[in-house]
Amino acid sequence: MIVAEKNKIAEMAENLSGLNAVDGRSLWADARRRFMHNKAAVVSLMVLTLIVLFSFVGPYFAVWSNEEIDWAVMGSAASKGMPSFQTGHFFGTDDLGRDIFSRVVQGTQVSLMVGVVGAFIAVLVGTLYGAVAGYVGGRTDQIMMRLVDILMAIPFMFVLILMLVVFGRSIGMLFIGIGLLAWLDMSRIVRGQTLSIKNKEFIEAARAAGVSSFKIITRHIVPNLLGVVAVYATLLVPGMILTESFISFLGLGVQEPNTSWGALISEGAGTIRYDTEWQLLFPLAFFVVSLFCFYFIGDGLRDALDPKDR
Amino acid sequence: MLNYVIKRIAIAIPTILILIIVSFLLMHSAPGGPFTSERPLPPQVLANIEAKYGLDQPLWRQMVNYVWSVVTQFDFGPSFKYKDRTVNEIIGQGFPITLKYGFWSFVFAIGVGIPLGAIAAIRKNTWIDYLAVGVSIGAQVLPNFVMAPLLVIIFTLWLGWLPGGGWNGGSIEYLIMPVIALSTSYMASIARITRSSMLEVLNSNFIRTAKAKGLPSRTILLRHALKPSLLPVISYLGPAFVGLITGSVVIDIYFSTGGMGYFFVNSAMNRDYSVMMGITILVGFLTIMFSLVVDLLYAWIDPKIRY
Repeated sequence: MIVAEKNKIAEMAENLSGLNAVDGRSLWADARRRFMHNKAAVVSLMVLTLIVLFSFVGPYFAVWSNEEIDWAVMGSAASKGMPSFQTGHFFGTDDLGRDIFSRVVQGTQVSLMVGVVGAFIAVLVGTLYGAVAGYVGGRTDQIMMRLVDILMAIPFMFVLILMLVVFGRSIGMLFIGIGLLAWLDMSRIVRGQTLSIKNKEFIEAARAAGVSSFKIITRHIVPNLLGVVAVYATLLVPGMILTESFISFLGLGVQEPNTSWGALISEGAGTIRYDTEWQLLFPLAFFVVSLFCFYFIGDGLRDALDPKDR
Repeated sequence: MLNYVIKRIAIAIPTILILIIVSFLLMHSAPGGPFTSERPLPPQVLANIEAKYGLDQPLWRQMVNYVWSVVTQFDFGPSFKYKDRTVNEIIGQGFPITLKYGFWSFVFAIGVGIPLGAIAAIRKNTWIDYLAVGVSIGAQVLPNFVMAPLLVIIFTLWLGWLPGGGWNGGSIEYLIMPVIALSTSYMASIARITRSSMLEVLNSNFIRTAKAKGLPSRTILLRHALKPSLLPVISYLGPAFVGLITGSVVIDIYFSTGGMGYFFVNSAMNRDYSVMMGITILVGFLTIMFSLVVDLLYAWIDPKIRY
């Protein structure tokens, strides 16, 4: 038996020696390759890039600024304010004669910014909180996670609106409020991951070398969580945009002359009875398409980075 | 089991207390009292009014009084804007309306979501599966405030079938659009969750055993596969409830149904703190109670759970 196999082994060894060394692939290169194979995610990424570009380049194409009022149209938006290239209102005007194109550009900027900044705050707070709870463990962990349980049971939209009313409605407050209320899920996920990392040898080595707990968390644990954090951060962004739009739809979010997708949808939705559907449909299209893109990118990233599915 | 129930209730009670205290402190950190207006009241009048509402007492005393009256008597005190109405009256007017369409939304989300997800899983890779998956992806980006105006455009403006708003005692044609607008995205989530957990269950060993025994597929599905695949759905019911009750604010504003959400936004605009607090606390209380019930239900159904 063994003798018979010998020839085969020799043959295999010969084949092997003929091969060159394979280039190593890092985790991130691997992930990028997997992500690029996901068509929906790649297309979404391109569309989203276009939308971001649009929000920056848009003002240079706009004929009207977002605060200018076209007096010729004001009051008769239904008959004169429809989208057209002649008047320079590419997306039409609203009832006050303001250019929807410029307002969509501006709303896109605000909404994307709220999404990204809100998600950033949530990621920052949630990651640190979860990593500390998971790493320290024991009673501290119990108390910290019990607190998260308690906070999770509270319907946040109501508390957020309460906060906005009490502390005044401003974009800054909106950022902080949304970000500070969204870190709970993040902290749970990060805690779970930390628990699985903290008993690995390299953490033990760091501890043996006398590295302080805080340094271990920031230098060794958090970098190893980046994959999971990146996935949930992309999924957080549309969540933040939804929250902001919800509040702005109620008229409690961004204030004029600033606007956002939610505020524009709210305005458009309020006037659909006057045959001015474009006031609703343009902002709505941007909103829906962007959210779609974020979800597909998030899914693509999860498939690319989540170690569970490998 | 009893231990778990007690432990779970022991968490719920401090949660409610924290909610009450946090909203109370939030309200009191607001700049300007409820009676600050552009034309300042004479100091004596102001003092009298504040004495009437108990605002002249130290903060901790006000808080203890408030918490006490809320916890023992469900009394949220008077409204600060409508001098002749109490918060309880306002809630009493709006709550039944919210409850009615909220209940039907919940029924719709579960009653359509679970069968849709289950059928999609059973008939995997057929048109009905693709339809269900498509609907659930699409509905993810169609939250209530997007669905509401779209429904009005289609069913009121184009087809003219349904009234575009109002309540009219909750008769059915006034109920349809609020229910659909509110529940679609949750229906889709429930369908998605049911589908994926059902697929997992259908691939598991005990289903293969049941098939090998020669059980009819109806028995396999109803007796063996359905229950374990509903567990993730049950744990989603808590978040779905929060979403529905939050979304009801949009419904009340957009369809003028006159539920609690209308009073909430109205009081947010008017800085009528006591009404806002009352509604926030009531909603929080309901949410916490609901998640308590869901957790107990889960523990009761799931044979694996250890408590």
